[in-house]
Amino acid sequence: MPNQIPNRQVVCETLTAHAENDKDIFVLCSDSRGSASLAPFAERFPEQFIEIGIAEQNLVSIAAGLASCGKKAFAASPACFLSTRSYEQVKVDCAYSNTNVKLIGISGGVSYGALGMSHHSAQDIAAMSALPNMRVYLPSDRHQTKCLVEALLRDEKPAYIRVGRNPVEDIYREKDCPFEMDKAVWLKGKNERVTAALIACGEMVHPALEAAAILQKGNISTSLLDMYCVKPLDKEAVIEAAQNADIVVTVEEHSPYGGLGSMVAQVVGENCPRRIKCLALPDAPVITGTSQEVFAHYGLTGEGIAATVRGLIQ
Amino acid sequence: MNLHELEILSWDLRQQTLDIIMAGGGGHIGGDMSLMNLILVLYERHLRISPETVHDPDRDRFVLSKGHSMEAYYAVLCHKGFLDLADVTANFSKAGSPYIGHPNNKLPGIEMNSGSLGHGLPVCVGMALAGKRSGKSWRVYTVMGDGELAEGSVWEGAMAAGHYKLDNLCAVVDRNRLQISGTTEEVMSHEPLTERFASFGWNTIEINGDKISEIDVAYRQAQEVKRKPTVIIANTTKGYGSPLMANKAGWHHHLPTAEEYEQIKRDFARGKEVAQSA
Repeated sequence: MPNQIPNRQVVCETLTAHAENDKDIFVLCSDSRGSASLAPFAERFPEQFIEIGIAEQNLVSIAAGLASCGKKAFAASPACFLSTRSYEQVKVDCAYSNTNVKLIGISGGVSYGALGMSHHSAQDIAAMSALPNMRVYLPSDRHQTKCLVEALLRDEKPAYIRVGRNPVEDIYREKDCPFEMDKAVWLKGKNERVTAALIACGEMVHPALEAAAILQKGNISTSLLDMYCVKPLDKEAVIEAAQNADIVVTVEEHSPYGGLGSMVAQVVGENCPRRIKCLALPDAPVITGTSQEVFAHYGLTGEGIAATVRGLIQ
Repeated sequence: MNLHELEILSWDLRQQTLDIIMAGGGGHIGGDMSLMNLILVLYERHLRISPETVHDPDRDRFVLSKGHSMEAYYAVLCHKGFLDLADVTANFSKAGSPYIGHPNNKLPGIEMNSGSLGHGLPVCVGMALAGKRSGKSWRVYTVMGDGELAEGSVWEGAMAAGHYKLDNLCAVVDRNRLQISGTTEEVMSHEPLTERFASFGWNTIEINGDKISEIDVAYRQAQEVKRKPTVIIANTTKGYGSPLMANKAGWHHHLPTAEEYEQIKRDFARGKEVAQSA
């Protein structure tokens, strides 16, 4: 049976598990406790939960104020609003003041598929990555999400984390989730000479994994990096992957500009030039549909990625 | 320091502010002068923080929301021993210097960076909530400009402060009625300002914000209020202390000429004499 637990729920469960013994953990939301799966946290730890109402600018500034007083502030709000409506507050109060605020962008990318562009966050990687001090993470499954949140609980720097709304299929297993902070995970082809190096983040890791399997059947060899740490990008892994491949293909649920593909292309171009293709959402309002329908329409599926690779090497 | 001594000191700090601006080749002199007494009284008589307790988790917090009035803040921080006046004056706005034109929280005594308006109050709401939820008695203060009140984020913060009944929070509005383009009421009106804050659940105190004695009383009153945040609407004079620049929007960030500098210096010296003889 496919996984039924969305990454946002794992964020809540992880914070809940730690909040019992760590009274400095504070969770803030903007009338989003339901969509962020935070209601159980709010019920169990009302003194560590702060409702801000529909006011994302306030959400971020108040979180920064708490953080400046030694609190571990987790501000959860739909990624579309958190990453752009409160961008000024993120820039000044989190990034510039360097406060321990963890911004949890929920229902990221095109999770709210049919609700239109207002509810899509296809700019968040670009926006957040451009801020000094800000880190950007897109975990690929629930197990990695848990590892990431636990790692973020241990540091005192700002970060933006994007998770989707819907459950995503597991990449890892509970007892087999290799995780090192700010190091990409080699899912396939480490130290191997391959035709195509695939580099994906977030929900695109699973279709990239499918693409690798499809290509393997056609005797096209690939490597695959789960680049959950978009910033700081694991440059070493990118260079290693590119050096051992003829072409590089990136896959992300984001605008074609300023996201994972742009950042990988910069590293590849500067260090080991290879032909590179950046698969992403279009620079246009996307079609109406569920996430899966949107992905299928734009070729962000196992088959679609595999077809792109085949086209490139012909 | 008693109020009479503070009044005399304020004129020295005005002169130091002017010298910092002249040395750096620019600054926001008009708002510096309306701000000076508000933060001098706060730091001298109310804010529980010193260079020795700058990392004390239970210290009071201050955020200069109208961050462009940094030169006056430098003068007060230097007076209180957080920074060295000669160093600040020599290096203000110089290449590679930490003494920039807005608060820099890499410097001792500065909690948060600002410069973008409308940030201080919501940040202070977070600080006040942190105190309340931790059962701590620290108080949180911010000073905003009145032009700044056009930022919507100010009212998001005001709403949350009222909602959470943050009586450990005191916001001051430096109500000098001028902003860069003209009077606040022409640019974007704020009246009835007191009623606006009251309707958000705030205790309001309106004072002559140039008068040290009234400022001191207002801070004390704010400390007594329960279950409401307090706003002090401080009616001030932009460019206070020198008729040359008082109440003139053009002095928002005008750099005095050598002649103007001498005139302002004489005005400050005269202000000090009057204070001494009072």
